[in-house]
Amino acid sequence: MNLVTQGKKEHPNNILTEGRSLLKVNIREYGMYIALFVIMLTFSILTDGLFMSSRNISNLLDATGYIAVLAVGMTLVIVIRHIDLSVGFAAGFLGAIAAILLSQAGVPVYFTIPIILILGIVVGLFNGVLVASLGIPSFVASLAGMLIFRGALLNVTEKTGTIIVKDEHFNALGNGYIPSWFKLNDLNFLSLLLGVLIIMLFVYFEVSKRRDKIKYQFEVISSGMFTVKLIFVSAIIAYITYIIAGYNGFSWTVIIMLLVVMIYHFLTTSTVLGRHIYAVGSNPEAAHLSGINVKKITYIVFGSMGLLSALSGILFTARLQSATTTAGTLFELDAIAAAYVGGVSAAGGVGKVTGSIIGAIVMASLSSGMNLMGVGISYQYMIRGGVLAIAVIFDVMTRRKRS
Amino acid sequence: MSNYILEMNNISKEFTGVKALTDVNFKVEKGEIHCLIGENGAGKSTLMKVLSGVYPYGTYKGDIVFEDDIQAFHKISDSVKAGIAIIYQELALFPDLTVYENIFAGNEIKRGSVVDWNKTIAEAKKMLQRVGLDVNPEVLIKDLGVGKQQLVEIAKALSKHVKLLILDEPTAALNENDSENLLNLLRELKKQGITCIMISHKLKEVISIADKATVLRDGRTICTLDGAKGEITENTIIRNMVGREIEDIYPKRANKSFGSKILEIKNWTAYDPELGRHVVKDVNLHVKKGEIVGIAGLMGSGRTELARSIFGNPKSYKLQGELLVNGSPQSFKHPKDAIKEGIAYVTEDRKGDGLFLIQDIKSNISAANLKGISQNGVINDNKEIRVASDYKSSLNVKAPSIEQIVGNLSGGNQQKVSIGKWLYVGPQLLILDEPTRGIDVGAKFEIYTIMNKLIADGMSIIMISSELGEILGMSDRIYVMAEGAIKGELPIEEANQENIMQFATQ
Repeated sequence: MNLVTQGKKEHPNNILTEGRSLLKVNIREYGMYIALFVIMLTFSILTDGLFMSSRNISNLLDATGYIAVLAVGMTLVIVIRHIDLSVGFAAGFLGAIAAILLSQAGVPVYFTIPIILILGIVVGLFNGVLVASLGIPSFVASLAGMLIFRGALLNVTEKTGTIIVKDEHFNALGNGYIPSWFKLNDLNFLSLLLGVLIIMLFVYFEVSKRRDKIKYQFEVISSGMFTVKLIFVSAIIAYITYIIAGYNGFSWTVIIMLLVVMIYHFLTTSTVLGRHIYAVGSNPEAAHLSGINVKKITYIVFGSMGLLSALSGILFTARLQSATTTAGTLFELDAIAAAYVGGVSAAGGVGKVTGSIIGAIVMASLSSGMNLMGVGISYQYMIRGGVLAIAVIFDVMTRRKRS
Repeated sequence: MSNYILEMNNISKEFTGVKALTDVNFKVEKGEIHCLIGENGAGKSTLMKVLSGVYPYGTYKGDIVFEDDIQAFHKISDSVKAGIAIIYQELALFPDLTVYENIFAGNEIKRGSVVDWNKTIAEAKKMLQRVGLDVNPEVLIKDLGVGKQQLVEIAKALSKHVKLLILDEPTAALNENDSENLLNLLRELKKQGITCIMISHKLKEVISIADKATVLRDGRTICTLDGAKGEITENTIIRNMVGREIEDIYPKRANKSFGSKILEIKNWTAYDPELGRHVVKDVNLHVKKGEIVGIAGLMGSGRTELARSIFGNPKSYKLQGELLVNGSPQSFKHPKDAIKEGIAYVTEDRKGDGLFLIQDIKSNISAANLKGISQNGVINDNKEIRVASDYKSSLNVKAPSIEQIVGNLSGGNQQKVSIGKWLYVGPQLLILDEPTRGIDVGAKFEIYTIMNKLIADGMSIIMISSELGEILGMSDRIYVMAEGAIKGELPIEEANQENIMQFATQ
């Protein structure tokens, strides 16, 4: 084995060379973070720091929430070589149902949310049946679903028009912030605490992962490089926490987004279910012959997509404090774009949920930055389209280089 | 003018840090059939890719002299223009287009800027005649068997006025009949003055057809053997390929003792609703503990279908008959049911439906038994690493680490990973479908040794194979299949090539 730990000599020059080679090998993964960094830096300069202000970053992340949760589900759908175009209007429709239950039927919020989430799962499973059991191409099946939900959304909202939601607890999901307890130098204390907790968790997991790798004599980065990485990422988390704590602190939307990412990250990387999903994506025939129930996996992935569509609908309705006739328009394409920018492969079997979240944030940053600069909406679409194309070109090129 | 149509002088080719070819010299005389032999990874395919312009001029060192001129092929079409055509193992035909459209694909006969279909069909007929293929040119490619598809490929090459025809393992997917036809065609083309380079793993073919044979090993030319001087023999080829003598390529087992019946099937019939016909007909078969049962037969005789109908019926055939595992009747609805009863199936097409090529060795080995490395559905990474490392070393998988992507391994090592995946399931019966197809002699020997070791550990094996040598060398008992039915059962003592072929062609 040629996998001996390097890291005996640790002068800065070595770390630089190592950094360069690490970057070369992991260019696809790091590329995304670098792109995000460059985008944020550029906008900060162009807007005299307005972009990185507490208020803007908070708003940006809140506005990403309902797309980000869709992007997480979409990642898995694309990983198993399918697509779901129905999620946008499914989210819009389910959000409208939530508004009706709350405002017109008078169902309390703690019943409404589980009902909507379960409805979402049912919707997703229905798509799963079409795709897995009837063998309809997912593009067509979900295109049909998209039309049906669009109609359904119009149907439930056309009599009343926009449905206002007055429930404070529900609306807090889209607009509210976690309590502060008390202010520390004008900073939100609980949010700071949360940031510290995240950093501690991050460091703990990274260190124990590295310890395991060393135990099995796997290749690891040098301890110098490792320290640099830990400090770098921790500093970023700390900085973002600091920015957010300077405004209203973490919003419930961001907390929900973080929870979804953490759960899905765990599911996809550490569980049998996750392995099965990636196995089905990389070779469905081989997966079937390995005793994996491909149909069941397809149901689960579409079911989870439905669940997250419902969540997205809830977040969006709460954010607007109302259900509108056009809610959910183009959400699905934003989610698909976020997943591709985040490194999902259309060939299946490749893609991380963390990547898709970064992809969603990249796209949201572009919108937010250009809005601050007063770029016209026509140019905004073109620029975002260009970024999507560049991301995929970059992906294809780096993959080709590797093989 | 020299006698050589092709001279490749001092060819070297490097892939980031890895030397694939080092100073290779390869000379082919006009009008000969020249075989190129070597273990997998010896550099045969790379050499042919250099020749055909897949690796463009300038990315390799050395000279290609074709018809006395130094050539600089920048792309594949340059070499095609010069008269070089290459036919790959995986055929490059369009299954949903007709035979004539395929023959002239990319080389359309035009009148003005419009395709002249009448002339195309007429020309296609001529080409088909030349290759001795009697089919209507308007038939779709997907409706032809592999053997006939191969002939269409050759017809396509002929339509481009090929002078040098290169065939990469042309008979790997063919049965003995089709193989013989193909070899005869090559002899016929030789008479017409077409030079041919053939890459092959089947030594018998090489011996029967080659005028010359060049052996590559580790990216270097080892020797060129001359058939006219009687130099092309199994011994010389194998010795030069592996650099050592393999006394017996089929390792012997010491003490054979068979126990009770592990698997038995009675009056077993499978109907494929997609094809609309029976693929397995009234099969009776059993396997005892500690036995290697060989299933011989030609391609398409229903062997793979039989194996799949036993292994949880993944293609949803309609089944009839009885399936007993250790004497108790079973009906498997899904491969996972069969796995639960201790049956494992290593598929014949390891790239197509055996392995997860984009994943690493570790995930491939654990794929069929994630329960073994997890607790409450959560994977224990450390245990997985331990398991994968164990199999990697016990099966001698040659790779830098268990985090190596399986798609980057050689055929033999991929096969070992594939077997490792199934061994980790802990089966009592292992079904091996063409276990040594497309892998080199050294790796074959290793696979046979692994099989013997498994038997010694108390496992049973069903081995499906098209190679008679392997069937005769490894089996304890042989079933011969043809047209979905078992035509004969032979104890190893009574079996020989002749009686197996007799049953197989019934």
